[in-house]
Amino acid sequence: MPVIDLAREPLRALNGALHALPEGSNDTHFEVLNPQGLHAVAVGIDRPLTVTVNGNVGYYCGGMNQDGVITVKGSAGPGVGENMMSGTIVVKGDASQYAGATGRGGLLVIEGNASSRCGISMKGIDIVVHGDIGHMSAFMAQSGNLVVLGDAGEALGDSIYEARLFVRGSVKSLGADCIEKEMRPEHLALLAGLLERAGATHVRPEEFRRYGSARKLYNFHIDNVDAY
Amino acid sequence: MCGIVGLFLKDKGMEPQLGALLSDMLVSLTDRGPDSAGIAIYGAGEGGGAKVTVQSARPEVDFPGLDDALSVSLRTPVTVTVKANHAVVAGGVDGAALKAAAAAARPGLRFMSEGQAIEIYKEVGLPRTVVDRFGLAGAAGTHGIGHTRMATESAVTTMGAHPFSTGPDQCLVHNGSLSNHNNMRRELIRKGLTFETENDTEVAAAYISARLAEGCNLGEALEGTLQDLDGFFTFVVGTRHGFGVVRDPIACKPAVMAETGRYVAFGSEYRAMARLPGIAEARVWEPEPARVYFWEH
Repeated sequence: MPVIDLAREPLRALNGALHALPEGSNDTHFEVLNPQGLHAVAVGIDRPLTVTVNGNVGYYCGGMNQDGVITVKGSAGPGVGENMMSGTIVVKGDASQYAGATGRGGLLVIEGNASSRCGISMKGIDIVVHGDIGHMSAFMAQSGNLVVLGDAGEALGDSIYEARLFVRGSVKSLGADCIEKEMRPEHLALLAGLLERAGATHVRPEEFRRYGSARKLYNFHIDNVDAY
Repeated sequence: MCGIVGLFLKDKGMEPQLGALLSDMLVSLTDRGPDSAGIAIYGAGEGGGAKVTVQSARPEVDFPGLDDALSVSLRTPVTVTVKANHAVVAGGVDGAALKAAAAAARPGLRFMSEGQAIEIYKEVGLPRTVVDRFGLAGAAGTHGIGHTRMATESAVTTMGAHPFSTGPDQCLVHNGSLSNHNNMRRELIRKGLTFETENDTEVAAAYISARLAEGCNLGEALEGTLQDLDGFFTFVVGTRHGFGVVRDPIACKPAVMAETGRYVAFGSEYRAMARLPGIAEARVWEPEPARVYFWEH
């Protein structure tokens, strides 16, 4: 198992090794030591690797991830899992702003709290936050699921298109065109699956409320002009 | 971008390390702002007198003999400690008198700060160059703040660098940009404040000075920025005994804080704090938007 100590080796040694691993290699578990808040740790993975990062990371950890399974045993800076395509990222601590932004697929789990703009412009990613999320989360979300076990900040789902938002705690306010929706059996089943995959089996899907798009802003309508 | 750091010591035993720790924190954020850098250090204060940090474009002309000239004009011993193109002028009179006497003796001087405890060193260039030039790693003190600048609102000059000091023992660093700084500058000028630059951050610093002069405490002054200043900001503010942080309600600009029994630290990014002693056991959190945090000795 390769161990890369970022106190001794440059970041490029880590990301280069992750990208250069030959097809069919068995040596697919990487351990990263001393990330010390560095940016772009384990970005651009495009195969089923497992990476364990021991410590706190800076911006864009796991960005563009495809098939990789990344665990951050610490907190993550802005943009963790930005534009990830598939695979899994688990942050054991907190995440800063725009976690999972523009993500197209895969599962991002934040076991602590996430900050503002969590899941901004999400396009298919599933995000599960065990704690709270900040303001303007799921802004312009287009597809995917955002699950929050704690509370949500102001303007949740502002200008949302089609993503599903499940919140167990309070929602400070809903953004433009975001409304509460009925929790139907298919949503409960979907949520149960997400909670299980995210290791959040101590809560029941029935404890959540669902939010989504009222679809009033899809086309310009003069009566809605104040909401645009 | 821009990078901000701050360190407020609770443990007096760490005071000799303040400059070294703060310098390392600032250098770690070099790529957030390569235009200029600056550090404000709050020292223990020497003998009850005031001190003024001055800067000169011609230190070889302005600094020699300045101590004698000021001692004569003020009729009290005045010391001048030269650090590259900055000098700390100290004596047993108040800061305003020191400043006036120094300005009369050497019209080319520029004033960085005045007060009982504060010294400010700032220049164009990278943080490493700036902290080495002034020997800041050797500076002791109780708390300090630093800034590495990516200029957006005004020129890349020494005076346009942060921290900005607009009152005795006060200073402020800023990441962001203000949209109502011209209006606010006019209002503050009407209240009697003076400005050295066209910089938006100097307006924020002066706003805090005005509120403190009106009798607000540091927390109330910082609350006021949320009502009266428009734009994006993360501010870190120092006063003689205090250290405060506030972010605008949108919180576009990044911020991370850490607290242990020995210190409170601020960084635009966690990596600024990653090498602080005991950081692994610290409480680390992201300050909430529109919420004031402050500590006082």
